[in-house]
Amino acid sequence: MADAPLIASLLELIRRTSSELPADVQAKVASGAAVEEAGSNAAYAFQVVQDNITLACQKSSPLCQDTGSILVYVHTPVGYDQIAFHEAFVEAVKQATAKGFLRQNSVDSITGANSGNNVGPGTPDLHFHQWRKDHVEVVLMLKGGGCENVGATYTLPNPKLGGRDLAGVENAILDCVLQAQGQGCGPGILGVGIGGDRVSGMACAKTQFLRRLDDTNADPVLSDLEQRVVTKANQSGIGPMGFGGKTTLLGCKVGKLNRVPASFFVAISYMCWAFRRQGVDLRVDGSITRWIY
Amino acid sequence: MALIQLTTPLTDEVARSLHLGDTVEITGRLYTGRDAVHHRIHKGEKPPVDLRGGIIYHCGPVMVQESGRWVCCAAGPTTSSREEPYQWEVMRDHGIRGVIGKGGMGPKTLAGCKEYGCVYLHAIGGAAQVYAERITRVDGVDWMDLGSPEAIWHLWVERFPAIVTMDAHGRSLHKDLLETSTKAIQALQA
Repeated sequence: MADAPLIASLLELIRRTSSELPADVQAKVASGAAVEEAGSNAAYAFQVVQDNITLACQKSSPLCQDTGSILVYVHTPVGYDQIAFHEAFVEAVKQATAKGFLRQNSVDSITGANSGNNVGPGTPDLHFHQWRKDHVEVVLMLKGGGCENVGATYTLPNPKLGGRDLAGVENAILDCVLQAQGQGCGPGILGVGIGGDRVSGMACAKTQFLRRLDDTNADPVLSDLEQRVVTKANQSGIGPMGFGGKTTLLGCKVGKLNRVPASFFVAISYMCWAFRRQGVDLRVDGSITRWIY
Repeated sequence: MALIQLTTPLTDEVARSLHLGDTVEITGRLYTGRDAVHHRIHKGEKPPVDLRGGIIYHCGPVMVQESGRWVCCAAGPTTSSREEPYQWEVMRDHGIRGVIGKGGMGPKTLAGCKEYGCVYLHAIGGAAQVYAERITRVDGVDWMDLGSPEAIWHLWVERFPAIVTMDAHGRSLHKDLLETSTKAIQALQA
């Protein structure tokens, strides 16, 4: 096969993303575990989570059986063949499914038929951008359905949550945390997109997950909001897995887009603790030069 | 807290002896069953396995076949609330005594637990390898036409850990936490 080196690199990206939690996420999990009371249900949940992180890495097996939506963000040099890349990625997904790195997760929405190889309308989901660099960057996220189900888009003003201002945004985010309880496999990480339309706002929310958890938002207003949300959510008592405890969120990342005057959306994507996201830089021949996270 | 060892099948007496907050380890048979299985049973189809005294695991595992044998690659719990419309009926009609899942369930299930003698056992979401380690055999599968994640897998487990978060005495950790966290968040909102 012409793209065999590229397919091999992409298969390795899928394997590592599915089985190894990135270092920035592991650091947040460790800080959360450290503040829970010994002997509590929350401490137990963290212990199982940490044992699982170690085991999955050792066994090179999926951290979570729900290997989720396969979301791929690709930057390519001008003139690079994106169609060939797409085909190579689909082939890597088929191989990863056969090897058990990915669960059979592509289901016809009306008939319920499972394609058996993760390939179907909309799956995997690739997003291409060109850039003026001479290498390819691929970031992969595997986002489970449990956490995806508890995301939400709020429209402001909202009679219970407030108006079109920072307070309204903050209240909407906290309401989302409350509604999610333990259903999204917390402690969670939130990606929030303020503004845009219903598609671009949620896309903005999801791309916040590409940021490292230890970064600082360049916008001081959004940076304050991120910290305030985490502090308040962690006072809710929901705790890991909704067991009660001090760690409800591991992080919150907020972006904003311009909106039309008539609309004000707050799109919130909830990510579970099993935040599987990894990336590689590739030479145009398909070989890996760097792991990103 | 004492660790309670459970062996399947469970009796009514054993299910009712468990209380909110108990930590248990299960040895024996688990059948996976999630959205599609519960919907099919609800529509009146007879389950292909005897569920009496049994435990249903809300789980869509990753399975691969190696030299004609099923190997479980990953098997953590899935969100249980999707089974809320049906679970009580499966307790009533098929006599299950335990449900393993994550995120907890609602008032219909809680009432079913009390009436029919069943408990909800919480596993840690996302911890697919910790639980896969406790699955020592995959003995069969039914309703594979639903697709692998939705099928009924016959798992044999040894010392599979879980916490009782809904008991047969009307108590639910999830109900309690929803109440306290709602008050807390309302007080924190800007």
